[in-house]
Order: sequence, then C-alpha cells, then structure tokens
Amino acid sequence: MSRLAATFEALSKSGRKALVPFITAGDPRPDFTLPMMHAMVEAGVDVIELGVPFSDPMADGPVIQRASERALEHKMSLRRTLAIATEFRKTNQHTPVVLMGYVNPIEAMGYEDFANAAQRADIDGVLTVDLPPEEAEECAALLKARDIDPIFLLAPNSGDERIQKMEAVGSGYLYYVSLKGVTGAGHLNTADVETKLKQIRANTRLPVAIGFGVKDAQTAKTVANLGDGVVIGSALISKIEANLDDTERAKNEIVELLVAMRQAMDS
Amino acid sequence: MTEKYNMPDERGHFGPYGGMFVAETLMLPIQELNAAYQQYLDDPDFIAELDADLTHYVGRPSPLYHAERWSRELGGAQIYLKREDLNHTGAHKINNTIGQALLAKRMGKTRIIAETGAGQHGVATATVAARLGLECVVYMGAVDVARQSLNVYRMKLLGAKVVAVESGSKTLKDALNEALRDWVTNVDNTFYIIGTVAGPHPYPAMVRDFQAIIGREARQQCLDQAGRLPDALVACVGGGSNAIGLFYPFIDDRSVKMIGVEAAGDGIETGRHSAPLCAGRPGVLHGNRTYLMEDDDGEIIETHSISAGLDYPGVGPEHAWLKDTGRAEYVNITDSEAMEGFHALTCMEGIIPALESSHAMAYTMKLAPTMSKDEIIIVCLSGRGDKDMQTIAQREGIKL
Repeated sequence: MSRLAATFEALSKSGRKALVPFITAGDPRPDFTLPMMHAMVEAGVDVIELGVPFSDPMADGPVIQRASERALEHKMSLRRTLAIATEFRKTNQHTPVVLMGYVNPIEAMGYEDFANAAQRADIDGVLTVDLPPEEAEECAALLKARDIDPIFLLAPNSGDERIQKMEAVGSGYLYYVSLKGVTGAGHLNTADVETKLKQIRANTRLPVAIGFGVKDAQTAKTVANLGDGVVIGSALISKIEANLDDTERAKNEIVELLVAMRQAMDS
Repeated sequence: MTEKYNMPDERGHFGPYGGMFVAETLMLPIQELNAAYQQYLDDPDFIAELDADLTHYVGRPSPLYHAERWSRELGGAQIYLKREDLNHTGAHKINNTIGQALLAKRMGKTRIIAETGAGQHGVATATVAARLGLECVVYMGAVDVARQSLNVYRMKLLGAKVVAVESGSKTLKDALNEALRDWVTNVDNTFYIIGTVAGPHPYPAMVRDFQAIIGREARQQCLDQAGRLPDALVACVGGGSNAIGLFYPFIDDRSVKMIGVEAAGDGIETGRHSAPLCAGRPGVLHGNRTYLMEDDDGEIIETHSISAGLDYPGVGPEHAWLKDTGRAEYVNITDSEAMEGFHALTCMEGIIPALESSHAMAYTMKLAPTMSKDEIIIVCLSGRGDKDMQTIAQREGIKL
C-alpha cells in the first residue's frame, strides 16, 4: 500500500481528516523549506504538498505567483525541490510528500527521468496542474509503475464522466478545487461544496481533499468534515510574505495557524 | 506525401504538439467551445454572417499587390504583398476576432476577454466588442502598455478596460497568464478571444480557420493575376496566426515553399531573441505543447524583440509540426534587419509596414535576389506601421 493510501486509511479508521499544507519549495529562500516541513509535521499535518516553482503559474493567484517568483530568484528548480524532499525523507519516513506544480519542468527533465528521480527522492504523489487525464497517460503510467500516485484536480464543473476518468487514471487522493478561480481567491460556499462532494462520492472511492479558499481554522473544520482532508496554501504563504525579513517569525505563525486548524478539525 | 493534410486530430494534436494542457476548471469551457465551434463551422447562417461582416465591416477581400518597383530593385523574384494592413483596425487580427465574437454571441456569452502584445489583437477585440455591445477586458503586459500607448488609448476609446499586467516579464506571455486566470474565475459568462494560433485546443485550429481567409484569397488572386501558384510564401511568426492563415490553404500545394520569419532580436547568438522554432525546444506552455524559449529547468525565459507582437516565448503548435515535418521552413531576422525591411518598403512602395511585418519584408529582401524574375513570392503584410511610429522614432534618436 502506498504511503498516501495508508495515511488516508489510518485517518479514516480514527475518524480524523487530513490536514494538507502547501508551501512553495525555496520560498522565501531555499534553506527555509526543509525546517518548515519538519515543523509542519510537528504541528500535526498529515501530507505535505511541496510546490515546484514555475515561471508561468497560470492557475495560481498573486500570493502563490509571488512565492514562485521569490523561489526562482534563488534558482529553485525541480531538481533542487527533489533534493529537499530527499533530505526530508532522511529523518521522516512516515509523512507523504506530494509534488505540486506545472508540467513544463517535468517535460524539460523528461517523463522517465523525472519518474526515476521522484522514486529516488521517495516522493509519494505528483499533482500536475496543467496535465489533465487526457494528456497524462504516459506520465501517470511511469509514476504508477514506481508506486507514485498521480493526483488529479476536480473542479466545480467536472461532470460524472470526468470524475470517473480521474478515478481510472489517478490514485492516492483527488484534490477538489472548491471554487472557480485561482488559488487564494474569494471564500468558498459550504453548501455548494457539500452538494458537489455527494456527486464526487457517487463516482469515486478515492479520498477527496478540498482546497482553494480555506483561510482559517473554522473554515478548515467545516471543509474537512465535507471531505477527507483539507488543503491550505495561500493562507500559509501569506505568512511568509508578511515576514520576509523575519523567517523565524513566518515559521512560527505558520505553525500557529496549522495547530489551530488541527485542533479545530479534531474537536 | 499524396494524402491530404488533415490536422489536428480530434483531441487537438499536431503530431506530438498541441493538445489540451489546462487546469481542470478550464476543461469544460474548452470542450463547450469546441462543441460550439464544430457546430457553427459548417452552419450556413453562421458562415453567411461571418462573410457579410468580413466584406462590409473588415473590407475584404484585401488586395494582393504586385510590388513592381521593389521587385525590380531587388532584381529577383516578383514580390506580391497580401495587404492585411488595409483591413479595418489595420492588421489581420480582426479576421479572427470577428469570428470568435460571433461565436461568443451564439454561445450567449456577455463578456469578452483578450490578451494582447502589440495591442493589435486588443484593438481588434475591443472593436468587435463595441460593435456587438459586449463588455471587454484586455490584458496587456505593463512593458507593452508603455511601448504601445497609442493602441492602449484606442482600446480605451472603444470602451474596453485595459489591465496592465505587472507579473513575470510584464509582456505578452504574462498577459496570457492573467487572461487565463480571469477566464478560470469567470467561465460562466466570459468568452476568451485568444489572438494567435496558440492556447489549448480548439484555439490553434479555430484561429487558423478564421485566418485562413488570407491564404484562400491570396491563392485565388495569384492564380487570377499571375496565372499560376506562387513559388514561396513569407510571413512573420510570433504566435504565428498571420503565417498559418497564409500557409494553410497552400499546404497541399507541394511546389509552394512556406517560410516563417521569427524575431532574432539582438541576434540568436546573444540569447536576446524571440525565436523558439529556430533556437528553442519542445515543452508545454499556455495549454499546448510546442517549441519554447526555456532554460534547462523548464522555466520560461524572457524574450526580446523590437516588435511587441513577436515578443513571445512560444509559437503555435501547428508551426512546430510543420517545422518537424519539413513542410515549412523557419528563419530569423534581427531588430536591425527588420528596420531595413521597414525602410525599404516605406521608400520603395509608399507602404509603411508594422514592425512585425517588417521581419517578413527583411527576409524577402534576402530571398528575392536568389530567385529568378519569373518566380513569385507572396509576402504577408500583416499590419500597418502607424502604431510603431514612437518606437521607430525613439530607436533612430528622433523626438516627435
């Protein structure tokens, strides 16, 4: 069983939901990421989504765009992101790490070389925003052959047929983008999410993590109860952005928010 | 190859290129767009409305003009200019915006968005939006807003909101990113009019089909005027919409050479250029796989060209396919050479070309003398140069 499947199964048995933070590798500096990952685990997160910076993050809002820009200024790359994941795994064998980014850096490395490198770094899942199932067959097969879960996005306008398609090509979990828009946008509508989750559940047995628009502990709790996990990204990165001159403080504020979310979700 | 050219496949692939590389939220809208496009492509009412607009609003057919003096001066092939500069709004861009706006109307969309580089596509979009009474938002890189201020003013006069994009390199690619972000947020009421043969399927095929009127007319006009097909076609390539528009109806005419001219900026060897087909490699950006300007890590690198309309790190996927199959050839022209082309056409024929089109003129100056006097080159004069007066004066140290 993959590390992701085992994580979601254990959570399900204990009646808990996954807390899934997203940070961009190398933001605001390359040496910030590894200690931040360990600190997030201590704060009680279950899965880490590690963003691979890209020059043209078309699906992201301004907060994550700027995170990418800061990371790229420090020459962060897919290779260096994999190196951070490798370091992380040396002292943590239980927390799944999912790479999240855009397909071009993977194309540049070559699908097979990337799959091999991800396997060496003991990556658990790969979520490629602009690689829908229609274009993902080759890459997904290479990942699956190495026990790495290809993870796909679901949107409010994804129909039954598409959800079934994700179920066929994807594994690990599905990431439900709770609103039409870019990351960090607006506020989500709980009733809409609830309705949509019923439809998703009817079409797949994969765990569903919900993200986009989760900003605080209360929302995290509400959203977590609708699915199997909650993804939080822009709200964390905002803490980094607000404390660029004091990264220790950024780290502490992120931990504080995650602890509050964990408590709210478990209460 | 005797088989008729028939690209892309139903999922939008030109061999390994093209496709639908978009985030999930955009899958449904592009599938709906594709369905609408397929429905109206052969719909007699739609075609009649489009044809009427192209005739009475755009002013088509555009002339095919035999540049006799310039041809004589260069001493080789006969040069014919396809006068897209004479269209309403001054460039080929409106052929496509008219088509997509009519499609938007039929799909019940009330809001139009577009990206623009030089501003020609933005103006052409704002124009049709004004005419159809649709809300219009145009995304334009902040750098381009500064160097194409006349077009920004035109768009505003036409009632469009122009958003200066401050992210990334602040040029065309960033405007495209921002337009995609808008579309993902407002998919229900918004139609995204992409200005070139890039983006996810069906855009590359759809924009090509709307622009193919350039080549259809030119082919017939050449037969009428010269009694035979041309020997070569020359067009500038940024995203590549005027080039594919000219090339496409000639693809099965194997005797006709097709040459796309990319922007070499300061020179390919300097790295400061916009020539992905000549000096880039395949990757995925803005919804399709194509040749890109990128670094070893797959990050898109900044491009350079004197012409804002060519300042783009990608190129339409069909051009990538035509390059790999050898059906078309891609060359490049520097900023300085483009300026020579600009002045040559202006002085020799009394026609002031856009800086984009000047790249095609400059290559024609190299090509024509290598050909015989009874051979024919058709060059796409994709736009007029009025918008570039400031840029050119500044480059030549003249204060207006």
